[in-house]
Amino acid sequence: MDQFTLNLIFVGASFALYIGIAIWARAGSTSEFYAAGRGVHPVTNGMATAADWMSAASFISMAGLIAFVGYDNSTFLMGWTGGYVLLALLLAPYLRKFGKFTVSEFIGDRFYSQTARLVAVLCLIVASLTYVIGQMTGVGVAFGRFLEVDNTTGLLIGAAVVFAYAVFGGMKGVTYTQVAQYVVLILAYTIPAIFISLQLTGNPVPPLGLFGEHQASGEPLLAKLDQIVTELGFKEYTMHHADTVNMVLFTLSLMIGTAGLPHVIMRFFTVPKVSDARWSAGWALVFIALLYLTAPAVGAMARLNITEQMWPNGTDNAAVSVETIENDEKYDWMQTWAKTGLLGWEDKNGDGLIQYYNDASPAMQERAAEEGWEGNELTNFNRDILVLANPEIANLPGWVIGLVAAGGLAAALSTAAGLLLAISSAVSHDLVKGAINPRISERGELLSARVAMAVAIAVATYLGLNPPGFAAQTVALAFGLAAASIFPALMMGIFSTRINNVGAVAGMLAGLLTTLIYIFLHKGWFFIPGTNSFDDSDPLFFTVKSTSFGAIGAMINFATAYAVASMTKAPPKEIRDLVESVRIPRGAGAAAADH
Amino acid sequence: MSGKDSAMAYWKANIRIILISLVIWALVSFGFGILLRPLLSGIAVGGSDLGFWFAQQGSILVFLGLIFFYAWRMNRLDREHGVDEE
Repeated sequence: MDQFTLNLIFVGASFALYIGIAIWARAGSTSEFYAAGRGVHPVTNGMATAADWMSAASFISMAGLIAFVGYDNSTFLMGWTGGYVLLALLLAPYLRKFGKFTVSEFIGDRFYSQTARLVAVLCLIVASLTYVIGQMTGVGVAFGRFLEVDNTTGLLIGAAVVFAYAVFGGMKGVTYTQVAQYVVLILAYTIPAIFISLQLTGNPVPPLGLFGEHQASGEPLLAKLDQIVTELGFKEYTMHHADTVNMVLFTLSLMIGTAGLPHVIMRFFTVPKVSDARWSAGWALVFIALLYLTAPAVGAMARLNITEQMWPNGTDNAAVSVETIENDEKYDWMQTWAKTGLLGWEDKNGDGLIQYYNDASPAMQERAAEEGWEGNELTNFNRDILVLANPEIANLPGWVIGLVAAGGLAAALSTAAGLLLAISSAVSHDLVKGAINPRISERGELLSARVAMAVAIAVATYLGLNPPGFAAQTVALAFGLAAASIFPALMMGIFSTRINNVGAVAGMLAGLLTTLIYIFLHKGWFFIPGTNSFDDSDPLFFTVKSTSFGAIGAMINFATAYAVASMTKAPPKEIRDLVESVRIPRGAGAAAADH
Repeated sequence: MSGKDSAMAYWKANIRIILISLVIWALVSFGFGILLRPLLSGIAVGGSDLGFWFAQQGSILVFLGLIFFYAWRMNRLDREHGVDEE
């Protein structure tokens, strides 16, 4: 059976499964549409949260980010998991006790302010919409590579599938498809990793293999990797090279941003009890950790595999020849990926060999002069292809490649559905019911939620087809907004009885605007190239890059809110009572029965 | 103990558990994983050092432990203070 048929079978079977679940889990009420009727088991919710959270960025990009940078990019691993500790300890149980449907609804009620609610809705929609563009483009890329259809067709198929289960099933349909998508994506991620770990280290558990022995050389895998990359003029894989202040702030921004992303928070509204929300956060991290503990192993092993393929006789001898790349089946992956334009090589000095090295390193420039090299000849290696190409690089069987195709699509689709749900519930519950027509009937609200979802999918598809040039940078924006506006407002709403309406609104706007302006100053106003006054290599505020600014935005939010609240009138008694009741688990069932 | 005092005591106990957990959370990630890595560089772990292990695996494992500990401890605290969900 050829590879195309295998890919088609795996992707087709997984899509049939999602549609089947959608038909089974149709939402009949707003409670089912927004919160799956609050009847989701904590373990089930943990699994759905993991799929909701792990996007195309986690599945496709993260291992590549680690592979080509090494230790310094551990920030992604710690940042994207550490946020769950904040979520479990500081937000999830209390927001579940509050027992409403959206994050902005809590902010509006707690700060007794329609303005606060609308500011929160605005942050939520901007953060979720920027985030969803990346997922939709990811769907297009995965389809284009594996099913040999063009980007547009691929994206439309993906959008139609999300439409089917998200519009009809709401949170209920999304929850159960996310569970299925988690199973697909985790198998797709770990099975190739197990094979590769066995090949390289003889250990079937990739996280153990990472710290194990490289069988071919008998040395520890990481020592071998450090040695081989430094011989080619690259920085040691395991050492600390980045600016420490930035590493700390970037990690913290990712953590706070993760805890403040509405599509993740709202998953905790679906469990029956407060104690379930606590357990569920733990289960979510268990399922996330299965991928996050595998990713650094995938990164290191892929880097070693690729480097050894480019230097099959060792770094002291001749590099791989153009003829080998074009004819040897071990190098088929290079041919396949070259077609996508994401991988490229060029025999600059015409010696028939492809030398891959760091041509910016002085020691390598000396060697290049001696050997007559004219620069690095592996001219293009897009980091994002690493996970998708990994099974081919390691010569794994065809069905593994089909599985990885289905896994990449599952990661992108599950996150897209979660984000679209967050957008549609904010529009129908906070804008339509909350602001425009408070007396709308249950059926009317459910219909408006479905219409909002359909519009959100159409907008996301359009943006996926015509991605604004800044698509890659908007993820920093989504995290920055969530960290600087949403997280502090939620936390102060629970942990302080003193923060009042003016304080909260002032804090959110201060955090939001400083973060937004700081990002625009470095990345260009509205991401238009050339309009930036500073550059991330030489930032405005000490060494703080614009991607690390979310944590500082959060601190500005906290400080402003406290300062303004202390100068203005304390919140009324019923708000203090609301905070007291949110802090105590008893009565969570009753709160849900209001709806 | 009246309802109000009991609620205060419950909340204080909760804050204490949260603070201890967050100190550990920061210590393993920002501490061992980044800032204190030079201090741990003498402890070799499979081709690298303990700081590298904390940055790539250890911190995630400790985060998991923390969340499950918090869930277990809080569910017990809820019962001790009579604020659990029946």
